[in-house]
Amino acid sequence: MSATLFRTSTAARSALRAGAATRAASAASTSFVRGKATLPDLPYDYGALEPTISGKIMELHHKNHHQTYVNSFNTATEQLQAAESKQDIAAQIALQPVINFHGGGHINHTLFWENLAPSKNGGGGEPAGQLKTAIETSYGSLSSFKTKFNAALAGIQGSGWAWLVKDTETGQVQIRTYANQDPVVGKYKPLLGIDAWEHAYYLQYQNRKAEYFSAVWDVVNWKTVEKRL
Amino acid sequence: MASAKYSLPPLPYAYDALEPSISAQIMTLHHTKHHQTYINNLNATLASQATATSKQDIVASLHLQNALNFNAGGHINHTLFWENLVPASSPNAQPTAAPKLAAALTAHFGSLEKFQEKFTAMLLGLKGSGWGWLVQDTETGNLELTTSRDQDIVPVGKKPILGVDFWEHAYYLQYLNDKASYAKGIWKITNWKVLEARYESGYEGVFGPLAGLRSSI
Ligand SMILES: [Fe+2]
Ligand SMILES: [Fe+2]
Repeated sequence: MSATLFRTSTAARSALRAGAATRAASAASTSFVRGKATLPDLPYDYGALEPTISGKIMELHHKNHHQTYVNSFNTATEQLQAAESKQDIAAQIALQPVINFHGGGHINHTLFWENLAPSKNGGGGEPAGQLKTAIETSYGSLSSFKTKFNAALAGIQGSGWAWLVKDTETGQVQIRTYANQDPVVGKYKPLLGIDAWEHAYYLQYQNRKAEYFSAVWDVVNWKTVEKRL
Repeated sequence: MASAKYSLPPLPYAYDALEPSISAQIMTLHHTKHHQTYINNLNATLASQATATSKQDIVASLHLQNALNFNAGGHINHTLFWENLVPASSPNAQPTAAPKLAAALTAHFGSLEKFQEKFTAMLLGLKGSGWGWLVQDTETGNLELTTSRDQDIVPVGKKPILGVDFWEHAYYLQYLNDKASYAKGIWKITNWKVLEARYESGYEGVFGPLAGLRSSI
Protein backbone atom coordinates (compact mmCIF):
# COMPACT_ATOMS: atom_id res chain seq x y z
CA MET A 1 0.00 0.00 0.00
CA SER A 2 2.79 2.45 0.89
CA ALA A 3 4.09 2.16 -2.65
CA THR A 4 0.94 3.71 -4.02
CA LEU A 5 0.63 6.30 -1.26
CA PHE A 6 4.12 7.71 -1.51
CA ARG A 7 6.26 8.19 -4.57
CA THR A 8 9.55 9.39 -3.27
CA SER A 9 11.63 9.92 -6.32
CA THR A 10 10.27 10.67 -9.77
CA ALA A 11 6.89 12.07 -8.83
CA ALA A 12 8.28 14.33 -6.12
CA ARG A 13 10.94 15.66 -8.45
CA SER A 14 8.50 16.35 -11.24
CA ALA A 15 6.16 18.07 -8.80
CA LEU A 16 9.04 20.29 -7.75
CA ARG A 17 9.99 20.95 -11.35
CA ALA A 18 6.41 22.00 -12.04
CA GLY A 19 6.81 24.54 -9.25
CA ALA A 20 3.94 22.93 -7.37
CA ALA A 21 5.49 23.48 -3.97
CA THR A 22 8.12 26.06 -3.20
CA ARG A 23 7.89 25.24 0.48
CA ALA A 24 8.65 21.62 -0.28
CA ALA A 25 11.72 22.77 -2.17
CA SER A 26 13.07 24.54 0.88
CA ALA A 27 12.22 21.55 3.05
CA ALA A 28 14.11 19.34 0.61
CA SER A 29 17.23 21.38 1.11
CA THR A 30 17.36 20.33 4.76
CA SER A 31 19.17 17.20 5.91
CA PHE A 32 16.76 14.64 4.47
CA VAL A 33 14.18 14.43 1.73
CA ARG A 34 10.81 13.14 2.73
CA GLY A 35 8.49 11.40 0.31
CA LYS A 36 5.50 13.48 -0.57
CA ALA A 37 2.10 11.92 -0.85
CA THR A 38 0.71 12.08 -4.37
CA LEU A 39 -2.70 11.45 -5.88
CA PRO A 40 -2.74 7.92 -7.30
CA ASP A 41 -4.22 7.44 -10.77
CA LEU A 42 -7.60 5.75 -10.84
CA PRO A 43 -7.30 2.19 -12.12
CA TYR A 44 -10.26 2.88 -14.51
CA ASP A 45 -11.90 5.81 -16.31
CA TYR A 46 -14.10 8.29 -14.45
CA GLY A 47 -17.17 7.03 -16.32
CA ALA A 48 -16.33 3.35 -15.89
CA LEU A 49 -18.47 2.80 -12.80
CA GLU A 50 -21.66 4.13 -14.40
CA PRO A 51 -24.54 3.76 -13.83
CA THR A 52 -23.68 2.84 -10.22
CA ILE A 53 -21.50 5.93 -9.66
CA SER A 54 -21.65 8.76 -12.19
CA GLY A 55 -18.56 9.99 -14.02
CA LYS A 56 -19.09 13.46 -12.57
CA ILE A 57 -19.02 12.16 -9.01
CA MET A 58 -15.92 10.07 -9.68
CA GLU A 59 -14.09 12.99 -11.27
CA LEU A 60 -14.86 15.47 -8.47
CA HIS A 61 -14.24 12.86 -5.83
CA HIS A 62 -10.83 11.91 -7.20
CA LYS A 63 -9.53 15.18 -8.67
CA ASN A 64 -10.85 17.53 -6.02
CA HIS A 65 -11.68 15.75 -2.76
CA HIS A 66 -8.89 13.19 -2.74
CA GLN A 67 -6.40 15.74 -4.08
CA THR A 68 -7.30 18.12 -1.22
CA TYR A 69 -6.57 15.41 1.35
CA VAL A 70 -3.21 14.77 -0.34
CA ASN A 71 -2.30 18.47 -0.42
CA SER A 72 -3.39 19.13 3.15
CA PHE A 73 -1.59 16.03 4.40
CA ASN A 74 1.63 17.20 2.76
CA THR A 75 1.25 20.65 4.29
CA ALA A 76 0.63 19.14 7.72
CA THR A 77 3.65 16.82 7.48
CA GLU A 78 5.85 19.79 6.53
CA GLN A 79 4.57 21.61 9.60
CA LEU A 80 5.21 18.50 11.66
CA GLN A 81 8.80 18.29 10.41
CA ALA A 82 9.32 21.94 11.30
CA ALA A 83 7.89 21.33 14.78
CA GLU A 84 10.08 18.24 15.20
CA SER A 85 13.22 20.09 14.18
CA LYS A 86 12.41 22.79 16.74
CA GLN A 87 11.58 20.11 19.31
CA ASP A 88 8.24 21.85 19.77
CA ILE A 89 6.22 19.02 21.34
CA ALA A 90 3.03 21.04 21.82
CA ALA A 91 2.96 21.92 18.12
CA GLN A 92 3.55 18.28 17.19
CA ILE A 93 0.61 17.17 19.34
CA ALA A 94 -1.61 19.94 17.98
CA LEU A 95 -1.00 18.65 14.44
CA GLN A 96 -2.16 15.10 15.18
CA PRO A 97 -5.88 15.62 14.41
CA VAL A 98 -5.03 17.27 11.08
CA ILE A 99 -2.62 14.46 10.15
CA ASN A 100 -5.20 11.86 11.16
CA PHE A 101 -7.90 13.55 9.10
CA HIS A 102 -6.00 14.28 5.91
CA GLY A 103 -3.71 11.25 6.09
CA GLY A 104 -6.78 9.13 6.77
CA GLY A 105 -8.58 10.74 3.85
CA HIS A 106 -5.67 9.87 1.57
CA ILE A 107 -5.38 6.25 2.72
CA ASN A 108 -9.13 5.63 2.77
CA HIS A 109 -9.75 6.97 -0.73
CA THR A 110 -6.76 5.09 -2.16
CA LEU A 111 -8.11 1.82 -0.76
CA PHE A 112 -11.63 2.72 -1.94
CA TRP A 113 -10.67 3.30 -5.60
CA GLU A 114 -8.81 -0.01 -5.59
CA ASN A 115 -11.65 -2.00 -4.07
CA LEU A 116 -14.05 -0.84 -6.80
CA ALA A 117 -14.03 -1.96 -10.43
CA PRO A 118 -16.29 -1.72 -13.47
CA SER A 119 -18.24 -4.92 -14.03
CA LYS A 120 -16.31 -5.65 -17.25
CA ASN A 121 -13.14 -5.71 -15.11
CA GLY A 122 -14.52 -7.96 -12.43
CA GLY A 123 -16.69 -5.56 -10.42
CA GLY A 124 -19.70 -7.10 -8.70
CA GLY A 125 -20.27 -10.81 -8.42
CA GLU A 126 -19.29 -12.74 -5.35
CA PRO A 127 -16.19 -13.29 -3.26
CA ALA A 128 -14.35 -16.56 -3.66
CA GLY A 129 -11.94 -18.78 -1.77
CA GLN A 130 -10.83 -17.89 1.75
CA LEU A 131 -12.67 -14.57 1.68
CA LYS A 132 -15.96 -16.29 0.93
CA THR A 133 -15.31 -18.70 3.80
CA ALA A 134 -14.36 -15.90 6.18
CA ILE A 135 -17.51 -13.89 5.37
CA GLU A 136 -19.73 -16.95 5.70
CA THR A 137 -18.11 -17.85 9.02
CA SER A 138 -18.85 -14.41 10.47
CA TYR A 139 -22.15 -13.61 8.73
CA GLY A 140 -23.69 -16.87 7.54
CA SER A 141 -24.09 -15.84 3.92
CA LEU A 142 -23.05 -13.14 1.49
CA SER A 143 -26.56 -11.69 1.40
CA SER A 144 -26.83 -11.43 5.16
CA PHE A 145 -23.35 -9.84 5.20
CA LYS A 146 -24.47 -7.25 2.62
CA THR A 147 -27.62 -6.49 4.61
CA LYS A 148 -25.58 -5.91 7.77
CA PHE A 149 -22.98 -3.85 5.91
CA ASN A 150 -25.71 -1.63 4.40
CA ALA A 151 -27.30 -1.19 7.82
CA ALA A 152 -23.91 -0.15 9.19
CA LEU A 153 -23.52 2.39 6.37
CA ALA A 154 -27.03 3.74 6.96
CA GLY A 155 -26.36 4.04 10.70
CA ILE A 156 -23.40 6.40 10.31
CA GLN A 157 -24.45 9.66 11.96
CA GLY A 158 -22.61 12.21 9.87
CA SER A 159 -19.62 11.59 7.63
CA GLY A 160 -17.68 8.36 7.72
CA TRP A 161 -16.86 4.97 6.28
CA ALA A 162 -17.94 1.38 6.72
CA TRP A 163 -15.27 -1.29 6.42
CA LEU A 164 -14.98 -5.00 6.28
CA VAL A 165 -11.86 -5.55 8.39
CA LYS A 166 -9.81 -8.48 9.51
CA ASP A 167 -9.08 -8.76 13.21
CA THR A 168 -5.40 -9.71 13.12
CA GLU A 169 -5.63 -11.26 16.60
CA THR A 170 -8.47 -13.67 15.87
CA GLY A 171 -8.19 -13.85 12.08
CA GLN A 172 -11.93 -13.24 11.78
CA VAL A 173 -13.54 -10.66 9.56
CA GLN A 174 -16.07 -8.11 10.79
CA ILE A 175 -17.89 -4.91 9.82
CA ARG A 176 -16.79 -1.70 11.53
CA THR A 177 -17.71 1.95 10.96
CA TYR A 178 -15.29 4.85 11.31
CA ALA A 179 -16.20 8.53 11.71
CA ASN A 180 -15.04 11.17 9.25
CA GLN A 181 -11.65 10.11 7.85
CA ASP A 182 -10.49 7.97 10.76
CA PRO A 183 -8.30 5.28 9.20
CA VAL A 184 -8.48 1.57 9.90
CA VAL A 185 -5.44 1.03 12.11
CA GLY A 186 -4.29 -1.00 15.10
CA LYS A 187 -5.26 -4.63 15.19
CA TYR A 188 -7.70 -4.25 12.29
CA LYS A 189 -6.66 -4.65 8.69
CA PRO A 190 -8.83 -2.90 6.06
CA LEU A 191 -10.30 -5.24 3.44
CA LEU A 192 -13.25 -3.40 1.86
CA GLY A 193 -14.18 0.22 2.43
CA ILE A 194 -17.23 2.19 1.30
CA ASP A 195 -17.25 5.97 1.50
CA ALA A 196 -20.46 7.17 3.19
CA TRP A 197 -19.70 10.90 3.00
CA GLU A 198 -22.44 12.78 1.18
CA HIS A 199 -19.95 13.88 -1.52
CA ALA A 200 -19.64 10.20 -2.51
CA TYR A 201 -23.22 10.00 -3.77
CA TYR A 202 -25.15 13.25 -3.44
CA LEU A 203 -25.02 14.50 -7.06
CA GLN A 204 -26.63 11.27 -8.19
CA TYR A 205 -28.65 9.94 -5.26
CA GLN A 206 -29.29 13.09 -3.14
CA ASN A 207 -30.87 12.05 0.16
CA ARG A 208 -31.63 8.53 -1.12
CA LYS A 209 -28.40 7.16 0.29
CA ALA A 210 -29.84 3.67 0.79
CA GLU A 211 -30.03 3.36 -3.03
CA TYR A 212 -26.30 4.16 -3.30
CA PHE A 213 -25.47 1.65 -0.58
CA SER A 214 -27.37 -1.17 -2.27
CA ALA A 215 -26.08 -0.29 -5.76
CA VAL A 216 -22.41 -0.08 -4.82
CA TRP A 217 -22.12 -3.88 -4.60
CA ASP A 218 -22.35 -3.96 -8.41
CA VAL A 219 -18.87 -2.40 -8.56
CA VAL A 220 -17.10 -4.04 -5.62
CA ASN A 221 -13.80 -5.56 -6.68
CA TRP A 222 -13.82 -8.79 -4.68
CA LYS A 223 -10.46 -9.89 -6.11
CA THR A 224 -8.75 -6.90 -4.52
CA VAL A 225 -10.58 -7.48 -1.24
CA GLU A 226 -9.47 -11.11 -1.27
CA LYS A 227 -5.83 -10.13 -1.83
CA ARG A 228 -5.96 -7.93 1.26
CA LEU A 229 -7.17 -10.76 3.47
CA MET B 1 -47.88 5.17 21.94
CA ALA B 2 -48.04 8.88 21.24
CA SER B 3 -46.57 9.21 17.78
CA ALA B 4 -46.18 12.06 15.24
CA LYS B 5 -45.41 14.35 18.12
CA TYR B 6 -43.20 16.70 16.18
CA SER B 7 -43.89 18.00 12.70
CA LEU B 8 -41.93 19.88 10.06
CA PRO B 9 -42.15 23.65 10.62
CA PRO B 10 -42.93 25.56 7.41
CA LEU B 11 -40.07 27.65 6.04
CA PRO B 12 -40.52 31.38 6.75
CA TYR B 13 -39.82 32.10 3.02
CA ALA B 14 -40.20 30.40 -0.37
CA TYR B 15 -37.79 27.64 -1.43
CA ASP B 16 -36.23 29.89 -4.08
CA ALA B 17 -36.10 32.97 -1.84
CA LEU B 18 -32.46 32.49 -0.84
CA GLU B 19 -31.15 32.32 -4.40
CA PRO B 20 -28.49 32.81 -5.58
CA SER B 21 -26.80 32.07 -2.22
CA ILE B 22 -28.68 28.78 -1.80
CA SER B 23 -30.53 27.21 -4.71
CA ALA B 24 -34.21 26.26 -4.59
CA GLN B 25 -33.28 22.64 -5.28
CA ILE B 26 -31.05 22.51 -2.20
CA MET B 27 -33.63 24.25 -0.01
CA THR B 28 -36.41 21.91 -1.15
CA LEU B 29 -34.42 18.72 -0.54
CA HIS B 30 -32.93 20.03 2.67
CA HIS B 31 -36.29 20.97 4.15
CA THR B 32 -38.70 18.35 2.77
CA LYS B 33 -36.29 15.39 2.85
CA HIS B 34 -33.42 15.88 5.29
CA HIS B 35 -35.20 17.87 7.99
CA GLN B 36 -38.32 15.71 7.59
CA THR B 37 -36.24 12.54 8.07
CA TYR B 38 -34.84 13.83 11.37
CA ILE B 39 -38.39 14.50 12.53
CA ASN B 40 -39.67 11.09 11.42
CA ASN B 41 -36.80 9.32 13.16
CA LEU B 42 -37.21 11.50 16.24
CA ASN B 43 -40.88 10.57 16.53
CA ALA B 44 -40.08 6.88 16.00
CA THR B 45 -37.37 7.04 18.66
CA LEU B 46 -39.68 8.78 21.12
CA ALA B 47 -42.33 6.09 20.54
CA SER B 48 -39.76 3.34 21.18
CA GLN B 49 -38.59 5.14 24.25
CA ALA B 50 -42.11 5.42 25.63
CA THR B 51 -42.45 1.67 25.20
CA ALA B 52 -39.13 1.04 26.92
CA THR B 53 -40.09 3.34 29.79
CA SER B 54 -43.45 1.67 30.27
CA LYS B 55 -41.67 -1.68 30.48
CA GLN B 56 -39.03 -0.19 32.77
CA ASP B 57 -36.45 -1.49 30.29
CA ILE B 58 -33.50 0.73 31.19
CA VAL B 59 -31.06 -0.97 28.82
CA ALA B 60 -33.33 -0.41 25.82
CA SER B 61 -33.84 3.14 26.96
CA LEU B 62 -30.10 3.80 27.11
CA HIS B 63 -29.58 2.29 23.67
CA LEU B 64 -32.11 4.76 22.27
CA GLN B 65 -30.30 7.79 23.68
CA ASN B 66 -27.89 8.03 20.77
CA ALA B 67 -30.69 8.06 18.18
CA LEU B 68 -32.59 10.59 20.29
CA ASN B 69 -29.62 12.95 20.50
CA PHE B 70 -28.97 12.70 16.77
CA ASN B 71 -32.53 13.16 15.55
CA ALA B 72 -33.69 15.70 18.14
CA GLY B 73 -30.48 17.60 17.47
CA GLY B 74 -31.18 17.47 13.74
CA HIS B 75 -34.66 18.88 14.29
CA ILE B 76 -33.53 21.65 16.65
CA ASN B 77 -30.48 22.66 14.59
CA HIS B 78 -32.34 22.85 11.29
CA THR B 79 -35.19 24.82 12.88
CA LEU B 80 -32.71 27.38 14.23
CA PHE B 81 -30.96 27.45 10.84
CA TRP B 82 -34.06 28.24 8.74
CA GLU B 83 -35.01 30.98 11.19
CA ASN B 84 -31.65 32.69 11.04
CA LEU B 85 -31.69 32.98 7.24
CA VAL B 86 -33.62 35.55 5.18
CA PRO B 87 -33.77 36.65 1.52
CA ALA B 88 -30.92 39.02 0.68
CA SER B 89 -33.39 41.73 -0.42
CA SER B 90 -34.85 42.02 3.10
CA PRO B 91 -33.70 44.90 5.32
CA ASN B 92 -33.19 42.20 7.99
CA ALA B 93 -30.27 40.87 5.93
CA GLN B 94 -28.29 43.96 6.98
CA PRO B 95 -26.31 44.11 10.24
CA THR B 96 -28.07 47.41 10.94
CA ALA B 97 -31.07 45.24 11.89
CA ALA B 98 -29.02 44.09 14.91
CA PRO B 99 -27.59 47.26 16.47
CA LYS B 100 -26.82 45.80 19.91
CA LEU B 101 -25.36 42.54 18.64
CA ALA B 102 -23.34 44.32 15.96
CA ALA B 103 -21.85 46.61 18.61
CA ALA B 104 -21.02 43.64 20.84
CA LEU B 105 -19.44 41.73 17.95
CA THR B 106 -17.39 44.77 16.96
CA ALA B 107 -16.22 45.19 20.54
CA HIS B 108 -15.32 41.50 20.83
CA PHE B 109 -13.82 40.75 17.42
CA GLY B 110 -12.56 44.20 16.36
CA SER B 111 -15.02 44.53 13.48
CA LEU B 112 -17.94 42.71 11.90
CA GLU B 113 -15.67 41.72 9.02
CA LYS B 114 -13.20 40.10 11.43
CA PHE B 115 -16.04 38.22 13.11
CA GLN B 116 -17.23 36.97 9.74
CA GLU B 117 -13.72 35.95 8.69
CA LYS B 118 -13.23 33.99 11.92
CA PHE B 119 -16.62 32.33 11.61
CA THR B 120 -15.91 31.30 8.01
CA ALA B 121 -12.46 29.97 8.92
CA MET B 122 -14.03 27.96 11.73
CA LEU B 123 -16.52 26.39 9.31
CA LEU B 124 -13.75 25.47 6.89
CA GLY B 125 -11.83 23.79 9.70
CA LEU B 126 -14.62 21.28 10.42
CA LYS B 127 -13.46 17.71 9.86
CA GLY B 128 -16.59 15.97 8.65
CA SER B 129 -20.25 16.88 9.10
CA GLY B 130 -21.21 19.51 11.60
CA TRP B 131 -22.33 23.03 12.41
CA GLY B 132 -20.72 26.38 13.08
CA TRP B 133 -22.22 28.56 15.79
CA LEU B 134 -22.09 32.01 17.28
CA VAL B 135 -23.14 31.51 20.89
CA GLN B 136 -23.42 33.58 24.02
CA ASP B 137 -22.25 32.18 27.33
CA THR B 138 -25.24 32.53 29.62
CA GLU B 139 -23.10 33.17 32.71
CA THR B 140 -20.48 35.57 31.43
CA GLY B 141 -22.50 37.06 28.56
CA ASN B 142 -19.45 36.60 26.31
CA LEU B 143 -19.88 35.96 22.60
CA GLU B 144 -18.03 32.85 21.42
CA LEU B 145 -17.52 30.84 18.26
CA THR B 146 -17.94 27.10 18.46
CA THR B 147 -18.62 24.06 16.30
CA SER B 148 -20.77 21.02 16.96
CA ARG B 149 -20.25 17.63 15.41
CA ASP B 150 -22.85 15.85 13.27
CA GLN B 151 -26.19 16.87 14.85
CA ASP B 152 -24.96 17.71 18.32
CA ILE B 153 -26.65 20.81 19.72
CA VAL B 154 -24.60 23.54 21.35
CA PRO B 155 -23.67 22.73 24.96
CA VAL B 156 -25.88 23.71 27.88
CA GLY B 157 -25.06 27.22 29.03
CA LYS B 158 -24.26 28.42 25.51
CA LYS B 159 -27.14 30.26 23.88
CA PRO B 160 -27.15 29.83 20.09
CA ILE B 161 -27.38 33.07 18.16
CA LEU B 162 -26.35 32.02 14.64
CA GLY B 163 -26.08 28.45 13.34
CA VAL B 164 -24.76 27.38 9.93
CA ASP B 165 -25.24 23.88 8.58
CA PHE B 166 -21.94 22.61 7.21
CA TRP B 167 -23.00 19.14 6.18
CA GLU B 168 -22.26 18.52 2.51
CA HIS B 169 -25.99 18.22 1.75
CA ALA B 170 -26.31 21.91 2.65
CA TYR B 171 -24.29 23.07 -0.37
CA TYR B 172 -23.06 20.24 -2.57
CA LEU B 173 -25.59 20.40 -5.44
CA GLN B 174 -24.65 24.03 -6.00
CA TYR B 175 -21.11 24.51 -4.77
CA LEU B 176 -19.65 20.97 -5.10
CA ASN B 177 -16.37 20.89 -3.20
CA ASP B 178 -16.15 24.71 -3.09
CA LYS B 179 -17.43 24.95 0.45
CA ALA B 180 -15.68 28.29 1.02
CA SER B 181 -18.04 30.01 -1.44
CA TYR B 182 -21.06 28.56 0.36
CA ALA B 183 -19.70 29.75 3.70
CA LYS B 184 -19.11 33.27 2.39
CA GLY B 185 -22.53 33.38 0.71
CA ILE B 186 -24.26 32.86 4.06
CA TRP B 187 -23.46 36.44 5.06
CA LYS B 188 -25.71 37.76 2.27
CA ILE B 189 -28.72 35.91 3.72
CA THR B 190 -28.12 36.12 7.46
CA ASN B 191 -31.21 37.30 9.32
CA TRP B 192 -29.69 39.89 11.64
CA LYS B 193 -33.07 40.78 13.08
CA VAL B 194 -33.45 37.21 14.35
CA LEU B 195 -29.87 37.24 15.64
CA GLU B 196 -30.62 40.42 17.60
CA ALA B 197 -33.79 38.88 19.06
CA ARG B 198 -31.84 35.79 20.19
CA TYR B 199 -29.12 38.00 21.66
CA GLU B 200 -31.72 39.80 23.73
CA SER B 201 -33.76 36.70 24.54
CA GLY B 202 -33.41 34.39 27.51
CA TYR B 203 -31.85 30.96 26.96
CA GLU B 204 -35.10 28.98 26.68
CA GLY B 205 -36.72 31.59 24.47
CA VAL B 206 -34.24 30.94 21.65
CA PHE B 207 -35.52 27.38 21.27
CA GLY B 208 -39.18 28.45 21.20
CA PRO B 209 -41.56 25.46 21.16
CA LEU B 210 -38.54 23.10 21.07
CA ALA B 211 -37.22 24.21 24.49
CA GLY B 212 -38.69 21.11 26.11
CA LEU B 213 -37.13 18.82 23.53
CA ARG B 214 -33.76 20.53 23.99
CA SER B 215 -33.81 19.93 27.72
CA SER B 216 -34.62 16.23 27.16
CA ILE B 217 -31.35 15.50 25.29
FE1 LIG C 1 -14.81 10.68 -0.14
FE1 LIG D 1 -28.75 19.90 7.10
